[in-house]
Amino acid sequence: MSETPPVVRFENVSLRFGETVALDRVSFSLDAGETLIFFGAAGSGKTMVLKTAVGLVKPDSGRVFLFGQDITDLKESEIFGIRSKVGILFQEGGLFDSLNIEENVGYPLVNQPLALRNGDGGDVSEQEVASRVRESLKFVGLEHTLEKLPSELSGGMRRRAGIARAVVAAPPLVLYDSPTAGLDPITANRIVHLIIKERDLRNTAAILVTHRYQDGHMMANFRYNPNSEEIEMVRPEAPMPVSTRFVVMNEGRIVFEGPESGLLQSVDPYVLKFARPGAS
Amino acid sequence: MLDLLKIPVESFQDFLYLSGRAVRNIVRKPHYASDILFQMDVIGFGSLFIVSLIGFFSGVVMALQMSRALATYGAQGQIGQIVSITLVRELGPVLTALLVAGRNASGIASELGSMKVTEQLDAMRALGTDPIQKLVTPRLIATAVVLPLLTILADFLGLIGGYLIATAMLNITASQYWQTAWRVLEYNDLVQGLLKPFLFAIVIALVGCFYGMRTSGGTQGVGLSTTKAVVVSSVWIFIITSLLDPLFVNL
Repeated sequence: MSETPPVVRFENVSLRFGETVALDRVSFSLDAGETLIFFGAAGSGKTMVLKTAVGLVKPDSGRVFLFGQDITDLKESEIFGIRSKVGILFQEGGLFDSLNIEENVGYPLVNQPLALRNGDGGDVSEQEVASRVRESLKFVGLEHTLEKLPSELSGGMRRRAGIARAVVAAPPLVLYDSPTAGLDPITANRIVHLIIKERDLRNTAAILVTHRYQDGHMMANFRYNPNSEEIEMVRPEAPMPVSTRFVVMNEGRIVFEGPESGLLQSVDPYVLKFARPGAS
Repeated sequence: MLDLLKIPVESFQDFLYLSGRAVRNIVRKPHYASDILFQMDVIGFGSLFIVSLIGFFSGVVMALQMSRALATYGAQGQIGQIVSITLVRELGPVLTALLVAGRNASGIASELGSMKVTEQLDAMRALGTDPIQKLVTPRLIATAVVLPLLTILADFLGLIGGYLIATAMLNITASQYWQTAWRVLEYNDLVQGLLKPFLFAIVIALVGCFYGMRTSGGTQGVGLSTTKAVVVSSVWIFIITSLLDPLFVNL
């Protein structure tokens, strides 16, 4: 019987930039359909975890596995294929200024060397790209912005367009880098709703980096109801089918890993900073 | 001492690495033809007016200034020769390159720098595109094609500027001017007149891309990269021309 390998696995990963320690012997794993919430102060290494996970940054030591494949020493061109199974939302959306929203969201379908495109590895037709882009933009409620440039959208809309681009190729893993940073609470909640909707409709594994406790709390306790098309709190009689774990990072090290209850019961003052509901 | 040298040596090593990959990508797929054409339009057509203007006036100024010196020896009739040699060998390539460095090395560095600080370069890599292939190589090819063409234009307009001064103010006939201007040019003048802008173009594009792609520190970093790109590419233009001149002068 063959076991499905974890979607992401870090083994003692360390990374330095000059004198600055970005990651210090970081180890964790993420299984299919699971969600990991990374908390940490600015500069604690959260974003570096995401970038290292997809090979955008090479670790100084340790091993990184993506979908069971050791990507630590792979060349950039060799990682392109495996990266196409990962959707990434960058901090400010990471949209290309020179492309309109339609071209931005369609970019992964047109440019990624991808087996998951049509299943047969063939190119996606223009019509199919257009239809999937519309579908993805509809998913985030931005179907009216096809022709607009990113600079014409608000910060929250750019973030939503970024989510549309991250999920357009239906990847089994999505990484969210501070999706709610710098947004007002209403827009931030809307973004988290979308992330929950994406997770529950497509059963994707996700790593969410944030400094807002509410984001993690909602991910762990709410789910998308396709009938009402709303998210709702999980009832005790029908527990969450997906596991959500929390990781707290400080100065490149993982100082806590566990479920939300463990986070709330922690005695570490640094960990508790992220475990107080209402703190942001 | 070694610590002081460490950063410049590492930077130069990074520059060579970027240059190597950019050049290697010229023969590798995918080719972004539309990006190359777009950059040719931005760099070439965009610089057309300013290059024409400066080329023309450098010919005018050259003819005016040198006429006085030549008059001392009663050799004003040779003004076409002076304008031609100076423009084709030196001033045309260098002035055009400096203008394009100021206009496009800065433009390239600020555009790529903004993309770096807003994580668009990371997004590009994450979405299966090599930023060097998509951004650096097209700019390198486009600059290497259009800068020699712009230089030819600047040379020609400079000669016209000189001609206007020669005929209007120095009582030299058109045929005398053009004959002296044309006859004095040798094969090696034309070779260096086209080789220089080709080399300058490589420096301008690669230095602009290099500083753009290593931008850090937000918008302030973008400004710093832009300044460095212009200063460094301008300095290299003078270094290259100084190194090449002795080779061609002795030919």
